[in-house]
Amino acid sequence: MDLTLVLQGVVSGLLFGGVYSLMAVGLTLIFGVMRVVNFAHGDMMVWGMYLAYVLATRAGIDPYASFLVCAAALFALGFVVQRGLVDRIVDAPHEMQILLMLGVALVLENVALVAFGPEPTRVRSPLASATLWLGPVFVDVARLVTFLVAVALTTALWAFLFRTDLGRTIRAAADNTYGALVVGTDVRRVYAVAFGVGAACVGAAGALVSPILPFQPPTGLSLSVASFNIVIIGGMGSLLGAFVGGLLVSLAESLGAVFLKPSLKELFSFSLLIVILLIRPAGLFGRRSA
Amino acid sequence: MKWVLVAGVLALLALPAVLSSYALTLFILIFFYGFLGQAWNIVGGYAGQLSAGHAAFVGVGGYTATMLSIELGLTPWVGMLIGGVLAALLGAIIGYLGFRFGLRGFYFVLLTVAFAEICRVAVSNIDALGGPLGLYITFTGNPRQFQFQDGRVYYYIALALMLVATLTAWAIERRRFGIYLAAIREDEAAAEALGVNAFKYKMLAMVVSSFLTGLGGTFYAFYLFSLQPNTLFGIPLSVEIIIRPIVGGAGTLLGPILGSFILTPLAEISRLYLGQGGLHGAHLIAYGVLLIGVVLFLPEGVYPRLRRALARRSGQTR
Repeated sequence: MDLTLVLQGVVSGLLFGGVYSLMAVGLTLIFGVMRVVNFAHGDMMVWGMYLAYVLATRAGIDPYASFLVCAAALFALGFVVQRGLVDRIVDAPHEMQILLMLGVALVLENVALVAFGPEPTRVRSPLASATLWLGPVFVDVARLVTFLVAVALTTALWAFLFRTDLGRTIRAAADNTYGALVVGTDVRRVYAVAFGVGAACVGAAGALVSPILPFQPPTGLSLSVASFNIVIIGGMGSLLGAFVGGLLVSLAESLGAVFLKPSLKELFSFSLLIVILLIRPAGLFGRRSA
Repeated sequence: MKWVLVAGVLALLALPAVLSSYALTLFILIFFYGFLGQAWNIVGGYAGQLSAGHAAFVGVGGYTATMLSIELGLTPWVGMLIGGVLAALLGAIIGYLGFRFGLRGFYFVLLTVAFAEICRVAVSNIDALGGPLGLYITFTGNPRQFQFQDGRVYYYIALALMLVATLTAWAIERRRFGIYLAAIREDEAAAEALGVNAFKYKMLAMVVSSFLTGLGGTFYAFYLFSLQPNTLFGIPLSVEIIIRPIVGGAGTLLGPILGSFILTPLAEISRLYLGQGGLHGAHLIAYGVLLIGVVLFLPEGVYPRLRRALARRSGQTR
């Protein structure tokens, strides 16, 4: 095995990991605040990608600029999904929540299928063809920019949650809903905002990754699985866990692709999911809870 | 109520005499999906363990019977049982891991989905099993090969499968086993505190359910004459299996059948009219909307609501 190839895998894996981190931070935020698993997470991300695609082809806006628009649009989608649907089942049994979110995922994926067709798409960006050599390893400039923006956004989210009043309120409601209610928090509004912010994360992540990763409507499922992998490794509800987990899973998938046939990459991530579920369901940074 | 059911079964037995060939196909699909839904209902409804990977059992059953028939010339009537046993074995492995490691709710859903997807990707990568293109069965019309010139035979086999699954569910429901499963579904800790071995009964439910579902794989393969990993192991089939009992009423005896009578014609009609216009995802959008609607407005399903409405009416007339 060529060492350069392995090193190359490590670099591309880590750079792609920024997107994974951003995606997983969104999922873990939603779960941490209202204990609902967003099964439609990957499908929402695919909508971010198609939005970036439409903006690039119709209005000529580069995805590295339009990601803010995509984030705003997905914030609105998340806010509406929470207010209209999730809000009614926050206290329902888990099975009901899962079925509802499966329904949302089915609708999002197949509306995309009807609207955009099944062919794989990719958004063109002038950055995507540029490369940069770091010793023997080449660095894809698009990946580097994606990574930097994704990390910047994750940091911004961090600042929002820990340094602003609304962010503190969200964390308070996540920690102790009852206590937050007692001190007069509008918990329903906090839930809707948190769901919106979680969806905005994948809106931005989708736009940022659209020049790198060819996508089609079913891509949503593999992105959802990747998010579940990361969030379970990192510990459900843990922001730090989601960030670190994103880098780790991306690294593992990238190295898996170096050593395994590309068609077996999916096999690898599903096996990883089973192993994680069995040996460490509370994750690396999570607290064990029911 | 009992006489209504007996009359219903007799009517279904006599029905092929008056059905057009399109209606016959529709009824075959209603029975087949009713059968799969009823098989899922045993573990997903009665035991309350939400498996979202039941397509894996259809796939294992179908591929087993087909391979045995193509390679060894074994009649699918026997291959069907072997396929069922292998599916039950897979069910036992998934159940053992899930229940022994205490995976509940979301985690159990993920485990079942992951296993089904692993099967799908693995079969797509094994050339001996036809790879991504799958297997094709040549039509001989030989009943020994599970093939029939007359479509009505498939009708009676599908009806028999649905009745077998329903009688199994009925037998479970009336026995202590059924009561234990209900107790586990409602409050597992309380059931265990009263001495119910939750692990054992959840395993049993999983094995019975996956065995029955595995039998369905053979019917699927020899009715359509082809198997592809993406259709047989894929998530869309798992959704088809789950959605009927959920809509009809999970954990009730007639819920999955009622669900199939409601949804199968809807799905076929939307496939017929929307699929031709190139709108392939259309019926799945309808499923998604339906799932959301049922969760929000009818969480226990159609059948329990219907039964209460009927009981109220008969109470008034008396």
